[in-house]
Amino acid sequence: MSGAGHGMAARNLVEVRDLTVEFATEDGVVRAVDGVSFHIERGETLVVVGESGSGKSVTSLALMRLVESPPGRIASGEILLRGRDGAVRDLARLDNHEMRQLRGNDIAMIFQEPMTSLNPIYTIGDQIIEAIRLHQGKSGRAAFALGVDMLELLGIPEPRQRMRSYPHQMSGGMRQRAMIAMALSCHPALLIADEPTTALDVTIQAQIIELIKRLQSELGMAVIFITHNLGVAAEIADRIMVMYAGRVVEAGPARAIFHQPRMPYTIGLLNSVPRLGIDRAAQHELTAIPGNVPSPHHLPPGCAFHPRCAFFERGRCDSEIPRLEECAPGHAVRCLRWRAVAQSRGHEEGR
Amino acid sequence: MSETAPLLDVRGLKTWFDAGSGVFARGRSHVKAVDDVSFAIGAGEVLGLVGESGSGKTTVGRTILRLIDPTEGAIVFKGVDIARVPQSALRRYRREAQPIFQDPFASLNPRMRVEDIVAEPLIVHGIGSGRADRRARVVEILRLVGLSSEHMGRYPHEFSGGQRQRIGIARALAAGPEFIVADEPVSALDVSIQAQVVNLLHDLRRRLGLTLLFIAHDLAVVEYIADRIVVMYLGRIMESAPASELCRNPKHPYTEALLSAVPVPDPDRKGKRIVLQGDIPSPINPPSGCVFRTRCPYAIAECAARVPAPREVAPGHVKACIRDDIL
Amino acid sequence: MTAVATVTRERAPWAKSAARLLRRPTARLGAGIVAIFLLLTVAAPLLAPYSPFDQDFAAALEAPSAAHPFGTDQYGRDVLSRVIYGSRIALLSIVIADGFGLVVGSLLGLVAGFYGKWVDSAVMRVVDVLLAFPYLLLALIIVAALGPGLLNSMIAIGVVYTPQYARLIRGQVLSVKTTEFVLAAQAIGASRRRVMLRHILPNSFTPVMVMATLSAGTVVVETAGLSFLGMGSQPPSPDWGAILSEGQSYFLTSWWIATFPGLAIFAVVIGFNLLGDALRDHFDPRRRKE
Repeated sequence: MSGAGHGMAARNLVEVRDLTVEFATEDGVVRAVDGVSFHIERGETLVVVGESGSGKSVTSLALMRLVESPPGRIASGEILLRGRDGAVRDLARLDNHEMRQLRGNDIAMIFQEPMTSLNPIYTIGDQIIEAIRLHQGKSGRAAFALGVDMLELLGIPEPRQRMRSYPHQMSGGMRQRAMIAMALSCHPALLIADEPTTALDVTIQAQIIELIKRLQSELGMAVIFITHNLGVAAEIADRIMVMYAGRVVEAGPARAIFHQPRMPYTIGLLNSVPRLGIDRAAQHELTAIPGNVPSPHHLPPGCAFHPRCAFFERGRCDSEIPRLEECAPGHAVRCLRWRAVAQSRGHEEGR
Repeated sequence: MSETAPLLDVRGLKTWFDAGSGVFARGRSHVKAVDDVSFAIGAGEVLGLVGESGSGKTTVGRTILRLIDPTEGAIVFKGVDIARVPQSALRRYRREAQPIFQDPFASLNPRMRVEDIVAEPLIVHGIGSGRADRRARVVEILRLVGLSSEHMGRYPHEFSGGQRQRIGIARALAAGPEFIVADEPVSALDVSIQAQVVNLLHDLRRRLGLTLLFIAHDLAVVEYIADRIVVMYLGRIMESAPASELCRNPKHPYTEALLSAVPVPDPDRKGKRIVLQGDIPSPINPPSGCVFRTRCPYAIAECAARVPAPREVAPGHVKACIRDDIL
Repeated sequence: MTAVATVTRERAPWAKSAARLLRRPTARLGAGIVAIFLLLTVAAPLLAPYSPFDQDFAAALEAPSAAHPFGTDQYGRDVLSRVIYGSRIALLSIVIADGFGLVVGSLLGLVAGFYGKWVDSAVMRVVDVLLAFPYLLLALIIVAALGPGLLNSMIAIGVVYTPQYARLIRGQVLSVKTTEFVLAAQAIGASRRRVMLRHILPNSFTPVMVMATLSAGTVVVETAGLSFLGMGSQPPSPDWGAILSEGQSYFLTSWWIATFPGLAIFAVVIGFNLLGDALRDHFDPRRRKE
């Protein structure tokens, strides 16, 4: 139900406070998302970076209330969204009917595998028009025209013919565009993109990224972009949020995360990505993070990353769960030893 | 460059698949997955084979291993043309050339224990004097890839993606091969695990003197591990050169676009991005002449006339492009 | 060298799988019925109050009572005992008929799927011919050729079931054939036989298990059907179908002779069906995470 503002900052479109999502499994209850908080402003791009088990996908599904329950459920927290009408609603408390009016309309989502997200027995046109009809009340020729406009906006050649194509008749990149067209047909204020380019070739990926950037500025949309690819994150992020084992471990402006990382996991990630054009003679060693991502059933005590951390301090890191602290304006980190980390990076950061 | 003959010399390789004839058939149509590919790998060298979907790179790898039969061409391994040898006589070769696959979930038999998976090459080739001896060898190989004997009795589904990939590598190394074809060995892994496995391969190659054909779509990873890189597009080779030379000084428009498309983990990155328009054409009906011309920003009329022959433009640097006035 | 984290320990895969299966209520009910059925076959001499062959004309056609809970038939034989001993014949029919279908069908399907090309075409045409017949007609033809009798009727039903197993295994083989671990085995240089037996067959088996369980019930019905028609077991065998057949003529006056074997068949079929359904859901690949 729409409350009295919930105390959300005026410039924020979405505020997530202390979100926890649990799953009931045979081996007990698992917290896929543990006390995650973040916000996103209008027109901003927030990139959520994480590997498998980080909880990044579940977080976005929770925002759309698409978490399968059972076995999953939003155990606690608030998901505040400022709707088209200016009212602030807590998505976690809405019922299905209310949520359906928002989905596709105020918030839209695109996924990794366009082939399985598009219904193979309907044409692209049918699927786009369905969304338009549902949310904008238009139908027939008006809806078709809007659909064609959308495809054109997305740079799909011969849009009128494409409206009559089936998903299997299109290439991977085209299908991804079609899916984006469907998602954006109602000009949502927020687009959630869950690894939309991971399954695409690198030249197609470049196209799609350019496209999302362009659409964002043309439509004034906010984007939550989930990826494990740091290069893609650098291309489009205004702000970055790094997740590990269901928690946010670092968040801040893109440049700060890349140039002044304070969480050893973030540093490890940055060091383990091979970069083009390196000087072979200087031998930039690919420093891998040792060990594996922990199973959510057996999270290490204290900081979940400590078994793999070069800055691990016995007695502290394995007993206390660090809180998110601000290490610089707008830059937060969940690490007890972030000051030591900052110091050790002194010369790399030119200090 | 060594004077001795290369370990593997691929010449004029073509692998075409039957695409079936239409109702109004004017002859059968083919998927030209690999269309006239030639390259050589010296002993101990790492050759990176890079391309996107439809480039034919996976097919090249599988054809070289004779998991697919070539339509035409020669695959000369240690002086013997493997392409001419019948399947039944390939056992010797199979001991010396092994694959590593992309999908750590699908490349291990879910019903076999780790010990049996890694021991299978030993059994097939009669290596080891009995069960105990084989077991000892398995333990040794597992240690080599960073696993331990306590993993031997378990099933694949009990391991993470990175660990499964290590098991796959152990299996590939069991019979002591000289040549490994690694087909996208890290693409399906998490970023932090990719680095682990790349480092492992790098290390194993050094320790065991392996020759490696590293197939991938990620140029950054390939540049890190490969000595030389071959770039493929739609079944043909566009360019080949020593790794750092190719990445710093590309001479083919496709390579340039590919390099430009690789996302760089640096928000301050400068430089214009070349974004190719259009989609990758179908390999059943590739464009005439240069297959890249439909998306090439530098294409001219003559590009459609003939398939560009590969030309050496600098020592060890070959490109398949008729233009010399660009790049 | 890089460090390696420990692998989480798990219970033995079989035990974990079976435990998870039995959490389903349908599995429990089905397994329960099947368990009772098997108990009857094993412990028949202990559980049956009388011999199934003892005749007692004085007690002929008696309604169910304390002495004869299922009543007696026209020869004074205790129906309960006959039904209990009949379970052994039912079990035999499952083993022989379902077993025949499974073994022969799987072999055909394996060969067809693995070798492909003309072998596949030849085998599949034979299978198609078999499938073209209505089951009863096919079974009767085979029994007519072999001669009536329990064993022959079971073999006939086995032949009837062969095509579905063949198709099932062939489909599985075709899909498993293209997986990467099979490719890896070929790359190692494993012989075709080894690839077939060590890699393809074990991974094609779960749907066969489901089919075998679901078919167990229907096999019982169908062999009973042949006996009912007089083509199966010969008197005085306590075959459920035969008892049903005898009880047919007395149905209006002595309903118990036909009813109880009918209920027994019914129960066994339900039991195997429930268990088979639960097994099928249990093996559903969508559940398979990890």
